[in-house]
Amino acid sequence: MNIIRIEHIAKIYKVGTEEVHALRDVSLNIDKNEYVAIMGPSGSGKSTLMNMLGCLDTPTSGLYLFKGVSVSEMSDNQLANIRNQEIGFVFQTFNLLARYDAIHNVELPLVYAGISKNERRERAKRALIDVGLGDRMNHKPNELSGGQRQRVAIARALVTNPSIILADEPTGNLDSKTGEEIMGLFHEIHQKGNTIILVTHEEYIAEHAARIIRLKDGLIEKDEIVNNRYIPATNEK
Amino acid sequence: MRILVFEFKEGLIIALRAILSNKIRSILTMLGIFIGVAVVITMSTAIKGIDNSFQSGISSLGTDVMYVDKWAWFTNEEWWKIRNRKNITMEEYSRFKDLVKLPVAVAPVTNTIQTVKFNERRVDNVFVNGSNADYVKTTNFTFAEGRFYSDIESNAARQVAVIGSEIAKKLFPNISPIDRTIKIGGFNYKIVGVLAEQGSFILGPWNPDNQVYVPIETIFKNFFNRSFRSITINVRANGPAMVEETKAEIEGVMRKVRGLTYNQENDFSINQQEGLQQSYKSVVGVIQIAGLFITGLSLFVGAIGIMNIMFVSVKERTKEIGLRKAIGAKKRTILSQFLLESSVICLVGGLAGLIAAIIISLLINQFIPTSIQIDSVFLGIGVSLFTGVISGFAPAYTAAKMDAVEALRYE
Repeated sequence: MNIIRIEHIAKIYKVGTEEVHALRDVSLNIDKNEYVAIMGPSGSGKSTLMNMLGCLDTPTSGLYLFKGVSVSEMSDNQLANIRNQEIGFVFQTFNLLARYDAIHNVELPLVYAGISKNERRERAKRALIDVGLGDRMNHKPNELSGGQRQRVAIARALVTNPSIILADEPTGNLDSKTGEEIMGLFHEIHQKGNTIILVTHEEYIAEHAARIIRLKDGLIEKDEIVNNRYIPATNEK
Repeated sequence: MRILVFEFKEGLIIALRAILSNKIRSILTMLGIFIGVAVVITMSTAIKGIDNSFQSGISSLGTDVMYVDKWAWFTNEEWWKIRNRKNITMEEYSRFKDLVKLPVAVAPVTNTIQTVKFNERRVDNVFVNGSNADYVKTTNFTFAEGRFYSDIESNAARQVAVIGSEIAKKLFPNISPIDRTIKIGGFNYKIVGVLAEQGSFILGPWNPDNQVYVPIETIFKNFFNRSFRSITINVRANGPAMVEETKAEIEGVMRKVRGLTYNQENDFSINQQEGLQQSYKSVVGVIQIAGLFITGLSLFVGAIGIMNIMFVSVKERTKEIGLRKAIGAKKRTILSQFLLESSVICLVGGLAGLIAAIIISLLINQFIPTSIQIDSVFLGIGVSLFTGVISGFAPAYTAAKMDAVEALRYE
């Protein structure tokens, strides 16, 4: 079943009097348990596409069906619900709240889902253990290393059991060794049956995915299956 | 409903965290509301206190007492017209008294301002009230000690006096004044009674507590003769319900005494405390409104402070707002988060201000009467919450309608 089905979407921004065609005509499907990398140079429209996929933005024209429901016609509150329950975001800069410790950061999406405190605590704990931070639950972000912060962010993305994980340059702020560890974590998450969409501009990161979509000038240049995927060594467990 | 309670609770926790994570800023912001609420509440308790004092003072004059006088307390009449009226004389009083039927008491009153002395102690500029034994029936006086002077004493122009509680305190701090001899304007008077406190701070020298009461004939004997000035006739109706009817009778009888024909205007005035109340309201009311307005300004400044800080706080947390939106916060969730934050700041500041106001009120009660009412407590809480919501709304709304994508990109 297609989780994501996009047909001929375009996005036009107005910058002053000029119209910028961030996306011209993009169509793609993403199935359950796919591991897709979206690649492209800056200005290719990959950020716009990611925002679109993440329901942070709506297309100017075209059709976007998320699990068969048209996103373009949703109200702000409905979009917020989709983001809350169906999408797990992982950002380049982690975006953790500095004054919250790890477990509270992970709990946050569950607060907006209206889940009771005890259940929240339980699920956040499990998510942190899953990303290998069982012993760092009460540390604040500034007491954690970059890799650990990104793990907290991944736990936060996973805690709601979303349909897709949307990672925007998740290794961009990490050294290559830590970045490799994080990619190992993504691999594991994918193995467990999750759908992952990775946005990156680095070839070797993209090669961890099973499929690469290359964007250029708001159009899909290439949509290919990776033949010799790079499978990272999982050092967990 | 359950969802709203849940969101409120979680929003409150988020707001409290935000406030606690920036303690100094929060406290400084609270200070603005603290001062604002403290002065507004102190002002309102002082106003209430002064008002109560005036009302009790004026009711000690009696709501059913009228004053037949040459002068009008409040009038639109030309000054010289009143000036040219005939004086009211003791003879007119006698004829008036014989003719009226409705009043329960009628008394002639004059007064003079004198220095009152007892040994080395003295009080200057004391209102010395001269009347007869019926005077006490036109008032609601109560006595701490002794009695009012009698008919015999007043008719015989005896050197006797009744003193107000403040005068008694000043001249006789340690001993009982009864049967002591004081000097009023150089003449000896024996004290026969001391009034209990009548409690009407606002009336100043007209406060019975600051006056001395002596027979009118004694005043004519000691200070000036009968025709020196116009007297006032105090008339008490038989209860407030009878005031209008009695007033009509007074007017008729007085016209008859004066021999006025139907086409002549009254050449006297009938004054009532009602007029005093009206003029009190028109003067003091303005002062009250001005006072509340000025103190309200300080609250307003506090509110602007809150708004300013909330705007800064929203700006600072742009990225956080973007993240919260990305992981599923709705507009109303963000809005309520910031509204709760400003409301909590205001509420805490306001409650502290309220406590300060109560303490200040108790302190200044030593000098000016204040009255702390339960409604000023609610006023304090209400005003601070209202300020919080109003001053928090614009920043919170800015936060709520932020675009998630742009907010996330904000550095």
